[in-house]
Amino acid sequence: MILRLAFGSLLARALTVTMTVLAIALSVALFLGVEKVRTGAKASFADTISGTDLIVGARSGSVQLLLYSVFRIGNATNNVTWQSYLDIAARPEVDWIVPISLGDSHRQFRVMGTTLGFFEHYKYRRDRGLQVAEGKLMADLFDTVIGADVAQALGYQIGDPIVVAHGIASFTEHKDQPFRVAGILEKTGTPVDRTVIVSLQAIEAIHVDWQSGAKIPGKTTPADQIRQMDLTPKAVTAALVGVTSPLKTFALQRRINTYPEEPLLAILPGVALQELWGIVGLAETALLAVSVMVVITALIGLMATLFASLNERRREMAIYRAMGASPRVILGLLVLEALMTTLLGALLGLAMLYLGLWIAQPLVDSAFGLYLPIEPPGLRELGVLAGVIAAGAIVSMLPALRAYRLSLADGMMVKT
Amino acid sequence: MSVAPIISLQDVQFRWPGRAGFGLSVQQFELARGEAVLLLGASGSGKSTLLSLIGGTVLASQGTVRVAGEDIASLPGGQRDRFRAEQIGMIFQQFNLLPFGSVLDNITLPLRFAPERRKRAGDVQRAAAGLCAALALPEGLLTAKAATLSVGQQQRVAVARALIGTPPLLIADEPTSALDETAQGQFLDLMFQQIRAQRSGLLMVSHDPRMADRFDRVVEMADLVHVERPAA
Repeated sequence: MILRLAFGSLLARALTVTMTVLAIALSVALFLGVEKVRTGAKASFADTISGTDLIVGARSGSVQLLLYSVFRIGNATNNVTWQSYLDIAARPEVDWIVPISLGDSHRQFRVMGTTLGFFEHYKYRRDRGLQVAEGKLMADLFDTVIGADVAQALGYQIGDPIVVAHGIASFTEHKDQPFRVAGILEKTGTPVDRTVIVSLQAIEAIHVDWQSGAKIPGKTTPADQIRQMDLTPKAVTAALVGVTSPLKTFALQRRINTYPEEPLLAILPGVALQELWGIVGLAETALLAVSVMVVITALIGLMATLFASLNERRREMAIYRAMGASPRVILGLLVLEALMTTLLGALLGLAMLYLGLWIAQPLVDSAFGLYLPIEPPGLRELGVLAGVIAAGAIVSMLPALRAYRLSLADGMMVKT
Repeated sequence: MSVAPIISLQDVQFRWPGRAGFGLSVQQFELARGEAVLLLGASGSGKSTLLSLIGGTVLASQGTVRVAGEDIASLPGGQRDRFRAEQIGMIFQQFNLLPFGSVLDNITLPLRFAPERRKRAGDVQRAAAGLCAALALPEGLLTAKAATLSVGQQQRVAVARALIGTPPLLIADEPTSALDETAQGQFLDLMFQQIRAQRSGLLMVSHDPRMADRFDRVVEMADLVHVERPAA
C-alpha cells in the first residue's frame, strides 16, 4: 500500500516528475548511446580486417606495418622482394597470399596494386567480403576498382579516366598511362573505401619509364608495347596471408620473422589493431567522461526536484507521521520515490536508446561505416543502469535527510 | 492498567528549540477512558504543542506524559511512533487525507503502522466500508480518489481513519473549522455516535464553545496550560 501511495504521490506531481524522468532518460540514453558508439567504433576498428591471419612486410614496427598496409597511413620504409614473396607463398602453411603494392596516389587517395585475390580474401566485420556496387573487377591492365568514398568524393562513374600520381601528394603524374574506372565498391567503413585499387602489374606498368623515383627524360613507352612486357614486380610493399590452420599461424610467423634472406616482419592483425586502438582510443575516454558528467547533471536535477518538492509535501509527511510513520519511513519514502523516478528514467532511456538505434543504425552505417549492433542490453549496460539507479538513491539521501529532520521538527502539525 | 486514564500529564514542561520558540507547562491533566473532553482555546494558546506532546512527536523536557498508562518518553523513537499508531486516531483541521490516495488507502493507512490495531480491525475492507456507511458516506466512495471528495466528506473519511481498529483515544484538532454550521452539527453527531459505540476517549481542541454541551467535560486552555513566550 505504501508503494501504491508513493506512486500516487509521484503521479500527483506528474509534470515535475515527468521532467525529471525525461532528464534522467535522456542522460541514460546518451550515456548508453556513447557507450554503444564507443564499443561500435572499437569493434568496427577491430573489424577493419578479418580473415587475414598474418600481414607480412619489411621489418619495422607492427603498428607501422598495420598503418600502411591496412589503413594506408604513412609509408613503408622498405619493400619485400618478389623472391621473398614467392618463398613465403610456397610455404606449406600458406593457404592463400595476396600481395599489395603501395606508393602511388590519385588526388588525396592512395593507389594500391594487388591481385584479384584481394577481393576474395579481404574480409571485414568478421566475414563480410568486398562487393562491387557498380561495374566489375579489373579485367584489363589499366582497369581500376575504386572505393565508395573515392567515387563519391571525386564523382567518378564507370568508364571515367584516372591519372595516377607518382608518390603521395606529388605533382609528377603517370600521365602516359591513364586508367579507367572499371568498378566501384560498396561502402565498407574500412580504408578500402578510400583506396584506388589497380592490378599489381599496373603498378609495374606505370613505372616502366621511371628509374629511382624519377621519370627518365624523353622516354615514353606506348601502352600497347607495355602490354607485351614482363610486368612481374621486383618487390611488393606487403602481403596478406591466410594459413591452412590457425594452429600454424605462430609457426609461420616465426618462420617469416627469422627469414634469413631479408629482414621481414609478420604480424597478427588482431594484436596490432589492439595495440593501435590503445593509442587512438584516448578519445573514447574523453567521450565517456562527458557522458558521465551528463548523467551526474541529471542526478543533480533529480536532487533539486526532490528538494523543491519537500516544502509542498510537508503536509503529506505530517499525515504519515500522525498515522504512526516513523521519520525513517519518511526518509524511506523519499528514497523510494527517487528510486522509482530513476528506474522510470533508466527504462525510458533504454527505450529511447533502442528507438534511436533502430532509426540511426542504417544511417550511421552508410555514412560512417560504423556498425552499431542492436542487441539486448549486455551485462555492462545493465550495470550502468543499476549504477544510475543506485546513484539516484544515493543523491536522494540529502533531500531525504532534510525531510527526516523536517518531519522530526514538524511532528504531526504543520502550521499552514 | 485498564483503569489507568488514557491520557495523563504530570508537571510537564516543554520548550521549542531555538530562540523564537515558546515553551509551555502543564501541571496536571487527565482524560479517562471513554471520556470526551473539549479543550477550548484561541489559536496560539499552545494547543498544537500539547497535542504533539500527547502524540509523542515531541518530548517534554520535564515531567511525564502517559498515554494508556505508558510513559511516552521511555519508549525508543520507532516504538513511540508505532505506539501512537496503535493508541491514537488523529483528525486535523483540514487536509487530512493524502489527496492522491484512494479513500480506502487513506482509511487503512494507520493500520499499516499498527499491527495490533490491524488485527482488531479484522477484515480491513469491511471495517472501512462499515465505518463509511456509519458516517453517512456514499457507498462506492472507497475507491474514489480522496482529492475528489468535498471537504465535509474528507473530514468524515478522516474520522473513519481515526476510528478504524478502535484505538482507545481520538485526538481532533478543530475538525469542524473548515465546515459550515449544518455540516458541523452533522459531523459531530456522526463522530460522537461512533466514539460512543467504540467507547474511545476523545480529546478535541476548538475555539468554538457552542459545541460544549456534547462533551463530558470542557477545559479552558488558559486554565490548563501555562504558556511562556520568550522576552522579545
